[in-house]
Parts: sequence; C-alpha cells; structure tokens
Amino acid sequence: MDSGLSPQDKKDLDKFIKFFALKTVQVIVQARLGEKICTRSSSSPTGSDWFNLAIKDIPEVTHEAKKALAGQLPGIGRSMCVEISLKTSEGDSMELETWCLEMNEKCDKDIKVSYTVYNRLSVLLKSLLAITRVTPAYKLSRKQGHDYVILYRIYFGEVQLSGLGEGFQTVRVGVVGTPVGTITLSCAYRINLAFMSNRAPDEEDGYAGVQDSQEVCTTSFSTSPPSQVRGHTPLLLFTVSLFILYWMVNQYLNNNLIISLPSGGDDGLTHSGERRRDEGRSVSPSDPVESLNAFTRKIGAFVNKSNTPITAASLDLPFAAFAPRGLDSEENDPMVQPPDSPPCPSPLQASLHSQGSDGSGQQDDFVMVDFRPAFSKDDLLPMDLGTFYREFQNPPQLASLSLHISSQSMADDLDSLPEKLAVYEKNIDEFDAFVDMLQ
Amino acid sequence: MNCRSEVLEVTVEARQVEEAMLALLHTILLHRSSGKFHYKKEGTYSIGTVGTLDIDCDFIDFTFVRVSSEELDRGIRRAVSEFKDALSISGSDGMGQISLEFYQKKKSRWPFSDECIPWEVWSIKVNVVNLANEQERQICREKVGEKLGEKVINVVEVINRHEYLPKMPTQSEVDNVFDTSLKDVQPYLYKITYQITDTLGTSVSTTMRRLIKDTLAL
Repeated sequence: MDSGLSPQDKKDLDKFIKFFALKTVQVIVQARLGEKICTRSSSSPTGSDWFNLAIKDIPEVTHEAKKALAGQLPGIGRSMCVEISLKTSEGDSMELETWCLEMNEKCDKDIKVSYTVYNRLSVLLKSLLAITRVTPAYKLSRKQGHDYVILYRIYFGEVQLSGLGEGFQTVRVGVVGTPVGTITLSCAYRINLAFMSNRAPDEEDGYAGVQDSQEVCTTSFSTSPPSQVRGHTPLLLFTVSLFILYWMVNQYLNNNLIISLPSGGDDGLTHSGERRRDEGRSVSPSDPVESLNAFTRKIGAFVNKSNTPITAASLDLPFAAFAPRGLDSEENDPMVQPPDSPPCPSPLQASLHSQGSDGSGQQDDFVMVDFRPAFSKDDLLPMDLGTFYREFQNPPQLASLSLHISSQSMADDLDSLPEKLAVYEKNIDEFDAFVDMLQ
Repeated sequence: MNCRSEVLEVTVEARQVEEAMLALLHTILLHRSSGKFHYKKEGTYSIGTVGTLDIDCDFIDFTFVRVSSEELDRGIRRAVSEFKDALSISGSDGMGQISLEFYQKKKSRWPFSDECIPWEVWSIKVNVVNLANEQERQICREKVGEKLGEKVINVVEVINRHEYLPKMPTQSEVDNVFDTSLKDVQPYLYKITYQITDTLGTSVSTTMRRLIKDTLAL
C-alpha cells in the first residue's frame, strides 16, 4: 500500500530495498568464499558505502543478482533467494542452505523511511554478517578446496526448500517494518549432511562458482579420499622395503660379515653350547631368524674396525667359539669334537715354564683367543699391553715360596741345628764383645 | 524508562573464557556501534563507515565478526582480561558474570554529578569447568562453538526486535549518548563491569558485606 507515502519516501524506500537486496547477496556470497573478510572503518563518509557499512562489491556477484532481479524488487510474493550448495569433483552436489529475503503484508505506516528504516536495514545487515558465520555451511566453506567447492545460485520468485532434505532448520536473521510491508531475512539450512549422489546439472544451468578455479575433488568429505590413499600405499611399501634393503647392505659392508647361512642341523644359536642335532633338517636361507643370527657381531666402543675379512674363529668376541659358524664344518668345530687334550702338567710347572712364551702354549688345553684388553691398540710394538699382560699374568714362582724347596730346607735346618749351636757356644766371647760394642 | 536486561549463560573451560567473552561482547557492540557522526549545518549529519573483521578463535571452533576498530578492541580486551584474571584467582571451578551496560548521561546541575541511566544491560554468566583429558577438551571446543552460535542467534533476535534506542542526539548532546572518544567508530556509551561468584554460589561482595555486618553486630 503506497498511500500515505510521499513520492520521495517511496523512491528512497525502493532504492533502499534494492541496494539492501544487493548487499545481502554480497554478504552471503563473500561469507562462503572460504576466506576471512576484512574491511576498514572510515570516519569520513565516502558516499558509496550503503547503510554505513564497508561491504565490498564483487562485480560478478552484483551482475548475477541484477540478472535474477531483472529490474524487479523483492516484494510481497516475490522473494529473493540465495541458494548455497556444495559440489564435488565427481559432479555430485548437495544444497546446504537457502537465504530468503521476503516481504509480508504487515506494514508500519508511521515509520520514518529515510532515517529509521535505513538504520534498521543497517542493523539487519550487521546481523546477517554475524549469522553467516554461525550456520554449518560456514565451516564447510572455510575448508573447501581439493575435495569440494561451494557454489551459489540466486533466484527470484517462490522459495524452494525441498533440496535441503528432511528436518532442515530455520533461523531468522531479522525483520524491518516499512510502510509497504515488513522485510524479513531468514536462512533455512540442511541438518542431514549424508551425501546424496545427485549428478549436478551442467554449469550453464545457473550455478556459478564462488571461486574462479575449481579444484579436482573426491566424493568423500574427508581430506584424504580413498582414491588418493590407494595410490600412496604401494609407494610407501616400496620405499620402506628399499630402506630395509639399504640397511642390510650397509650393515654387511660396514661389519665385513660374511652372511653365513646356517647349514643343515647347525644353528649355533644358544650360548650354552647345546646344539640341536637335526641331521636331516636343512635350514632355509630365507629363514629370517637364521639369517639375522648370521651377522650378530657388534663392534665395541673405541675399538678400531679393521677391513680385513674375518672368519668366525678370529672374531674378537668373547665366546667366539660359540658364535654361529656357517662356514666351518662340523668336523672342525672344537665344540663338537674337542681336540685331544695334551698331558696336563701341574699348574706350578706350567707357570715356571711360561716365561717367554707367547701364551700360545697354554692355549693347547683351552680354546683361547687372542686377548685384547679394552682400550688397547693393535700397533706394531712387539710388546703391547695384551702381550705384557699375558706374560706377566703368570709369573714364575719364587724359590722360597716353593713348597718342595721350603720343606727340604726346613729338614736341613733342623738337622744342622746342633752343629750350629756348638759353633755359637764356642764363639760366645765374640758375640758378647759384639753386643758390648753395640751398647 | 525501563532498562532492557538480557542474560546469556555459557559454560567454558578456563582457557576459553577470554575468546568466548570477546565473541559475545563484540557481537553486541557490532550492532551498537555506528560510524562517526559529522554534523553539518542545519542540524543534519553524515555518518562514517563501519568496517568489519572476521576473528577465528584459537580454543573454540568458532568465528565471530567484530567492528574494525583497534581502539574499541583494546578497550574490550582490557576488560575481558581483568575478568579472566579475577576468575582464575577465585579458583578453578569459578563462576562469574560480566556485564555490558549501555547508558545515557543525563546532565545534572552542580553539585550533582551527571547521572548515568542504563537503557540496555547484557549479562553474560560464565561457568568455568575443568576437563580431565584432551579428548574432552576437543569435544568442549566443538560444543562451546555451537553454544556460542546459539548465543549469537539470541543476541541478534533481541536486537532485531528494535525496541528502545536513544534518540539521535544533536551535536551538543552527542556525548551523552555516544562514546565519541574513538577516532574511527562511535559506539553507544557503554561500560563493562564484572563480579565473581565463589564456589558456594554467593558473590564475593555479598560475603564481604555479611562479614562486615556480623562484625558490627558483635
């Protein structure tokens, strides 16, 4: 009803409603671009900021909105709607929300157009700014990119909410009464986000991309869709197996190990020396446990590594004889067939004769290895710490400490005692003089 | 004139207090701030432009819009920070309330000072909870974000009832209605106050009053 409204007020009101509709579309679409919005306050009025709010005008959006309005204005029975939908790379789409700018017949004849209506429309736009960050589509739009994009569609006329699925919710942004009707702004948004595979119509059918470039998307809402995961897994396995192979080769080269695969019946795994005798068993070279035990040598700290190939027998390990010896055959294994033990001398005699020996003689009775004390250097000196230690580990027995000799001297002493006493008694005067001299 | 009073209640974790308060206070002030008035001759005036800024919360799954004014933001942050500190001193399961009051000044003759007449008061009640593990905190992030969204819708609903607002003042009276101290925007005159409630549910101020009364009664 236009009666009572001055032509100037009518003109102003129409202008307000038109620019309000355009700014509403800008706010909604910009809120779904996926970026944070930032505009500056200005104390000096520029004349182009409608409703005293700094809202940028994206030309494409203004063009789409004007195209939809087609020269008309939102009015009673003529609603302007902005539909926000999600589209995946496979062409599936889903409506997320519909913003409706409507007018009903409830008029406020006494309201001042140029002042109150204008200010209230300004407040309504601020409310729209706040509410557009609250509906579920905002978070989805901030994460758009590879998986999906957000699209908008502007249409004029009857409100269509059927695409929002069952149980959609409505939030009212606000109302502004005018002399020609009450402007209402509301949003209906989808609750059920279960994906429906609807092939989207072609782009010419009115959907405009919010972003200029549309990325390739997948059907899933997750950031790592199945197709990409499938592509990555074989590559990962291949890389891991390459790394394991490299490590094995590295270990072999650094440790100069001969990867000795255990022969049949010989596993040499236990340190106690017990062996499983399984004559007929042949250990498969691919047995991971066996092959891992084949190179178990560890280099001690501060020990020089030598690059010469080392067989199991000369490993500088304690209990090297118990180390796995794939190359040595069973016949030569001293643990299986101990060497004939030489006649065992008495420990004393052995120690008396140990001077000057390299210690190798003693090795006839025991399976011994070269003694390498910790921190010693294998240098060219004839007498290194190890040799010194070996030689003087068993020094010769002192003659006086020998039991045999001491027992003999004791007997002699006892026998010769009376003779010695007789001699001393004869020379007693000499002894007395000696004592007097001392005093 | 009756003062309109609105109460909002939120339950948050201690580290979310600041952002939750900023989100709600800024949302209210966005609607209660205008551009700077420039008075012309013949009693007309033009209004400056208000810019807006999206703020992502760090501890809450929420984004809010505030006025693009660093001065205004600093003032709000200072008050919220004091409130947050007072809450944390009071104890881990503290309760408190922060109030944003819009008022008009009424000039009085000497020796009486100007009267401040509130016309709209927003009270935000805060319950602070302690959470045991990260999973609960993650759930809290999302839940508090949803709750804040509901509160923003409440705020918008109240404001869009378009109930009483002070009349647009003349140039001489503008300082009685608006805070003209900021250089880029012009919010209605406002003040922020808070009070902390101890775990027993009584406010600290009433406890002190009771203590003093009891002492005097002896």
